[in-house]
Amino acid sequence: MADTIISVRGLTNCFGDQMIHEDLDLDVKRGEILGVVGGSGTGKSVLMRSIIGLQLPQAGEIRVFDEGMIGKEEDEATDVRRRWGVLFQGGALFSTLTVAENVQVPLREFYPEFSRDMIDEIARYKIHLSGLPADAAYKYPSELSGGMKKRAGLARALAMDPELLFLDEPTAGLDPIGAANFDNLTRELKETLGLTVFLITHDLDTLYAICDRVAVLADRKVIAVGPIDDLLATDHPWIKEYFSGPRGRTAKRGHAKPKDTAPKSGVDKQMIAGA
Amino acid sequence: MAKAAEFIEEKLPDGGTVLRVSGPMVIASVNGLDIKLRSFDDAINEIDLSAVTRMDTVGAWIIHRTAKHHDASIIGATDHAKRLIDAVGDTDEDAPLRIRRPSSLVRFLTEVGDGIIVAGLTLLNFLGFVGQVVKAAFMLMLNPKRFRIHAVVQHFDMVGVRALGIVGLMSFLIGVVIAQQGAVQLRQFGAEVFTVNLIGRLTLRELGILMTAIMVAGRSGSAFAAQIGTMKITEEIDAMRTIGVVPVEALVIPRVIAAIIMMPLLGMYASMLSLIGGGLLCWIVLDIPPTTFIQRLREVTPVTDLYIGLIKAPVFGAIIAMAGCFQGMQVEGNSEQVGLKTTAAVVQAIFLVIVLDAFFAVFFSNIGWD
Repeated sequence: MADTIISVRGLTNCFGDQMIHEDLDLDVKRGEILGVVGGSGTGKSVLMRSIIGLQLPQAGEIRVFDEGMIGKEEDEATDVRRRWGVLFQGGALFSTLTVAENVQVPLREFYPEFSRDMIDEIARYKIHLSGLPADAAYKYPSELSGGMKKRAGLARALAMDPELLFLDEPTAGLDPIGAANFDNLTRELKETLGLTVFLITHDLDTLYAICDRVAVLADRKVIAVGPIDDLLATDHPWIKEYFSGPRGRTAKRGHAKPKDTAPKSGVDKQMIAGA
Repeated sequence: MAKAAEFIEEKLPDGGTVLRVSGPMVIASVNGLDIKLRSFDDAINEIDLSAVTRMDTVGAWIIHRTAKHHDASIIGATDHAKRLIDAVGDTDEDAPLRIRRPSSLVRFLTEVGDGIIVAGLTLLNFLGFVGQVVKAAFMLMLNPKRFRIHAVVQHFDMVGVRALGIVGLMSFLIGVVIAQQGAVQLRQFGAEVFTVNLIGRLTLRELGILMTAIMVAGRSGSAFAAQIGTMKITEEIDAMRTIGVVPVEALVIPRVIAAIIMMPLLGMYASMLSLIGGGLLCWIVLDIPPTTFIQRLREVTPVTDLYIGLIKAPVFGAIIAMAGCFQGMQVEGNSEQVGLKTTAAVVQAIFLVIVLDAFFAVFFSNIGWD
């Protein structure tokens, strides 16, 4: 199907005798921001690593852009690799290179025919698109703050104009203002560049602010996928606790729009019931 | 690869020039177009994008740059294309990507200057560190309950017991090599029998301890630097300080004591294995039976050689442990530093050991222990 960009079927991952995923299914559709949530240790990162081919699952099928990804080496499936970008949790910038050089790494790897001027110009506007100041270009990762490292990592992830972007906890460790800015940036880039985003997060504000759909990982499976309002209607205890806990309620209040008064009053009722 | 993006130049009836771009303006297909547009000098009034099939930011950038340089207007762009061009458009084109590096002479002089300053500061800091260690040792003597015997025993294991295999094998082979080379060279003078002197004196006096020290510096000195450096990065050492634990007391003293005690033991063990290796070769190559070898060894090797080895060993141990811990404590900031400081610890330790060894050699000869 053309509109399903990532398709995971029957994924099983074990570490020793600890089963992380069992028969997990998940689809990511073109043009959406899919938030992936789940308690610590439910294998969100393992799921992402399986999809991008860093983790070899015990069983299952993973297709990205309609190409099977299981067991592919680094130098295989390059047509898929040049269509995705990955932002790792700590940015994972190459510490011996400046920010601009980091952004240029994938370009030099995949498009060696580009002129030096062109590569420089691309790096310059990608850094600009990621919301970094111009003077960050010649700095080394060790000279950047946590938020700037993430933006630099994003600039590198966007270097090849990917269609699919993986973000692993992009707002973890950022202050609320920085996190909100990063959310806005993700949303803007998604709309401008027409990205599909696979977003792992713990940040309820991010979920409410930018995610089109949310997939909930628990009990070794994806137990529910859908817009947040639909998830709120399910009665899985973990989902209820997650979205209706004190933090969940605060995040929801912060993002409640005037038009959805009905769910808002529903939350109020829950609050009263909870009190 | 899909078909490449192209452009044609067209004169308008009113005298202007329009550039009609066609095809996919995406990263994989724009390189040829980019090269041509860069060397395109004619005036352009308009850039027509109506025949562009797809566009990404790279394509948008090329259009934006060309339009800006030729002061042309963009027509026929889709909403998506307009959006991309706007997004890349407000980039500062002259923003520097690299810092201009000074000339190589200036860089060379800067590096020499920096090197001298760093060397001076390191020496100063090392003296301060030795002072801290001595102070902590005195505090522990006044307050023996704070002494961490478990940590010391654990380091005995790491520095000593686990090194037995590799130090033993290395020493045995060195004994074999000395004996073999000695036998070959001395045979020219018919003096093969002096091979025993060579093995006995060289091993006990110099090589047994020196080679062990180098091995311990490589195994344990580096480990000390890496362990303490990592603890520094993960803020464990800061946590200790806030709790009221003195890091030098908890981390450095046990390692230094373990190295001071283990070095003579390992050195003795290494010397013994060298003698065994040398003796074995003498037996096989020179037909000197073990009993004769031992008897001859006792005749030609003064007991002071053994003392010299045993006096040097704890000093070397202390130097190695202190260099390792000192470099570990110098780690600041990122994980790259751990690697650099670990290397520095080993280099410094081996260098200091050899300098001290030279000093000891002259000293012991002068007091008549030769």
